[in-house]
Amino acid sequence: MDDLLREFLTETGEHLDTVDVELVRFEQDPNNQTILANIFRLVHTIKGTCGFLGLPRLESLAHAAETLMGKFRDGMPVTTEAVTLILATLDRIKEILGELERLGTEPDGEDRDLIDRLEHMATEDAPVAQPAAAPHTAGTLSYQVLERELRPGEVSLDELERAFRETPGPGAPPAKPAPKVPALAPQPVTSETKPPEGAEAGESEAAVNKVQSIRVNVDTLEHLMTMVSELVLTRNQLLEISRRVDDQAYKVPLQRLSHVTAELQEGVMKTRMQPIGNAWQKLPRVVRDLSAELSKRIDLVMQGADTELDRQVLDVIKDPLTHMVRNSADHGIEAPLERKVAGKPERGTIRLNAYHEGGTITIEIADDGRGLNYAAIRKKAVERSVATEQEVERMSDAQIAKFIFHPGFSTAKAVTSVSGRGVGMDVVKTNIELIGGTVEIRSEQGRGTTFTIKIPLTLAIVAALIVSSKDQRFAIPQVAVLELVRVTPGSEHTIERINGTPVLRLRERLLPIVPLSKILGLGGEETADEGFVVVTQVGRQRFGILVDGVFHTEEIVVKPMSSKLRHIQLFSGNTILGDGAVVLIVDPNGLARMVGSGAGEGQQGDEAIESEDLIENDLTTLLVFRGGSESLKAVPLSLVTRLEEIDASTIEWLGGRPLVQYRGRLMPLVSADEALEIRREGIQALVVFSDGDLAMGLAVDEIVDIVDDTLAIELVADRSDLIGSAVIKGRATEIVNVAHYLPLVHEAWMRSTADTASVARSVLLVDGSAFFRDMLTPVLKASGYKVHAAASAAEALQLLAAGLHVDIVITDLDLPDRSGFDFVEVMRALPEAGDLPVIALAVKHDPRQIAQARKLHVTELVAKFDRRGLLSALAELNTPLEVAA
Amino acid sequence: MKQDNTNSRIVVGAGEMKTFADYREYPTVTVAGQMLALPIERVHDVFVASEITAVPLASREIAGLLNLRGRVVTAVSLRRRLGLPDLEKVERRMAVGLEHRGEAFGLLVDEVGEVLKLDPDALQPNPVHMDPEWAALSQGVHQLDGKLLIILDVDAVLAFGAEVRAA
Repeated sequence: MDDLLREFLTETGEHLDTVDVELVRFEQDPNNQTILANIFRLVHTIKGTCGFLGLPRLESLAHAAETLMGKFRDGMPVTTEAVTLILATLDRIKEILGELERLGTEPDGEDRDLIDRLEHMATEDAPVAQPAAAPHTAGTLSYQVLERELRPGEVSLDELERAFRETPGPGAPPAKPAPKVPALAPQPVTSETKPPEGAEAGESEAAVNKVQSIRVNVDTLEHLMTMVSELVLTRNQLLEISRRVDDQAYKVPLQRLSHVTAELQEGVMKTRMQPIGNAWQKLPRVVRDLSAELSKRIDLVMQGADTELDRQVLDVIKDPLTHMVRNSADHGIEAPLERKVAGKPERGTIRLNAYHEGGTITIEIADDGRGLNYAAIRKKAVERSVATEQEVERMSDAQIAKFIFHPGFSTAKAVTSVSGRGVGMDVVKTNIELIGGTVEIRSEQGRGTTFTIKIPLTLAIVAALIVSSKDQRFAIPQVAVLELVRVTPGSEHTIERINGTPVLRLRERLLPIVPLSKILGLGGEETADEGFVVVTQVGRQRFGILVDGVFHTEEIVVKPMSSKLRHIQLFSGNTILGDGAVVLIVDPNGLARMVGSGAGEGQQGDEAIESEDLIENDLTTLLVFRGGSESLKAVPLSLVTRLEEIDASTIEWLGGRPLVQYRGRLMPLVSADEALEIRREGIQALVVFSDGDLAMGLAVDEIVDIVDDTLAIELVADRSDLIGSAVIKGRATEIVNVAHYLPLVHEAWMRSTADTASVARSVLLVDGSAFFRDMLTPVLKASGYKVHAAASAAEALQLLAAGLHVDIVITDLDLPDRSGFDFVEVMRALPEAGDLPVIALAVKHDPRQIAQARKLHVTELVAKFDRRGLLSALAELNTPLEVAA
Repeated sequence: MKQDNTNSRIVVGAGEMKTFADYREYPTVTVAGQMLALPIERVHDVFVASEITAVPLASREIAGLLNLRGRVVTAVSLRRRLGLPDLEKVERRMAVGLEHRGEAFGLLVDEVGEVLKLDPDALQPNPVHMDPEWAALSQGVHQLDGKLLIILDVDAVLAFGAEVRAA
């Protein structure tokens, strides 16, 4: 392919992209003559160049499109159909260009279909332009390769000339004058290839900008980058040598070299940076086409388009972004009517926002649509055998949302041309993770969905923490590192083990520990508990990497892994350090996957621990212990505050009840089983529960393990100390009802906490105490209810007002922000929730409360810790509801 | 053949055999006493492999990564590739720089010998009872005075691990 053609392809491609964007703007602002003139000029340039290069297909298409646009300029109303038609023509042109690039010649084919429609549209409304065109036949013919009649709506050269003069300066002018033309029309056509002269040129900022930029082959830049990286390394080596050799004569020039190198590096890095707007360029067009196709009305708002990031990164995220915007338009935004019914403006909005945050760039894609349809996703998950029905029922919405990243997952009812093919979101996630990024979903029913993507600014140079494990150095990207904790046995921070699995207590939480040497198979003794814990966060998963030593942070040049090593998911690349040594870059994503899948020795950081507002838990992390009998017992780890081993001689007995001094207070102890006696000597293992200032220690025989499993509880009727039993990691395990032990210990607890449960198929549980919400939720779920929870009356009202559909409300009478009765009163006034049955939880019955409850149509007043009472009240309510449904 | 600048310099002698226009050059190496040769078009350079960074979890054949003039090179042990035990003590690990599918590899050998000029027509097929592990890596055998020379198939030597599945 000759250079001229190649240049034509690059340039025309860019022009077409601009035309796409401009046309969409123009459609919204049809009176803007500047935009129109700009489009007109670009299309004309394409047409002119095609004619010159002997590309008849392209030329006729561009011509027909140009003709129609000429009509717009003459005052023909700008209709959606017309714009769609022109856009379709541009697509065809792009198709032909693609072929041209591949084959080197214009492909055979006919475009009569489009041309006819374009011509038809041009003639039908505006015969006005025709007479103007006719006298100038000779001039226009000069553009054609073939001799033929003037096409309808042909534009005269004079007119063209006027258009160009009026138009603010051309972008990159094609360096190809059309030599055939001047013979017929002396001055006009040259003007299309040169910037306007004099005052006109001065007007155009774009023209000035273009003068200062040149097109450079990407390979040249890449090569330059490599060379600079090597220069940096050599400089570092020289500096190393000069530290040893005391020769002043070297020092000064070396320092100078050092500075220049640093500046050079920065400069070259800059050449790789591009505004993210480049990746967004196609989006207005995409959204516009989708709106038309789906009969929706969608605004696209883009913020932070000038945020810069590395070209390589940009390339990788371009397609994922487009896909996500398509998804938002297709699945997220509702049809205008539906929006109107929901009380929202008919026009939906998709908002793109990009900004820098530390060494990363954050991109948000938010829509104000209907939000994720969790029910549909659940159903689909079961259909696709991604999870069982029991599993999905018990999963939190956040967990359910993650299913959309599962391969082959799409909840669109029908496969449209837009989406629903079930390819995409999994690829999106893979692509983003490939470059060390993360993607998160936040969705609110009826309010919309927000995707948050965080990606490193550049792939080429990252800040990394250099650590050592078994005398080998590794680099850990700084982005993932939260903090460093020095651990030594006997100090404040000590690695402890649960059934051999190392954990670290860090600010009241248990952090799973992954010894780097072990996961990398570097060997060495297992019990090494000394070193540093690199606290790492990937998405919402938090874990600690145990290393032997930590050196420093270094800006490293990331080099890709050899193809022979790319399958090792623990490394994302390698680099050469200042001293010339090659070190491997640990991939926190890969580590997190290993931690999560249990392939590593660590345990998954429990999401419920991280976010207490998460109510429905489904892969529950459970603490398994032995107490009293042979059978295993378990409690959800989210309820556990700490695990302690105390010297039994420190247990004090007051009136026959055991207490222990704990953190400056007295903490009551309860035995996990009647058969288990609290020890009088030796070591006693405790599971500590706490809520606010109150704490309770559950005495157990031994802590067995921490496991992640789905909690499928079978209720047992006869024992109040157990919620039920479940099979955990293949073993029958009793799930302890923490609520049973609490009354044994604390009167106070009953007053300070409240619980709310949701009933029927779905329940709203309003309770000020996270502890009780966590405790009641599994109980309710085990009885078949879907639970939503709120921590306060305000939150509950907000949920209800937002259209949360529940069948029953369970509220504590003692809420943090107002009394439960107040809450019920306000709720009764809500149109959406006025008729809901309410179950109130009270610490004790008193006649006044009962009277007030009756006045507010509270269905049932249940004692706070009466689990069975609550369930039977719910069951009673449920029966008539099911009939109604 | 380029000589390496940063690592120590190895002089590869010119072949002593008579040169004919259609003879081809083969740099030779030795592994566990066996002389092997590689086609010269595939050999980039010869260097001393110092400071090899081991890669945990990598396949056995990979000795690690090393820095060759600012480029990260994957070091592959020819001994392990041939199913031989590692050399006990090595003072200077010699490596032959190869290019394979756009990536740089260093083939670790015991010793690097001279470059021989050989008549390609004199290449004999592998003996039928040759160890299959070896035969897979060999293009054939040359008979020299008192010695046999195996001509290595560079692509086969570097086809292992994940790539084998892809291919």
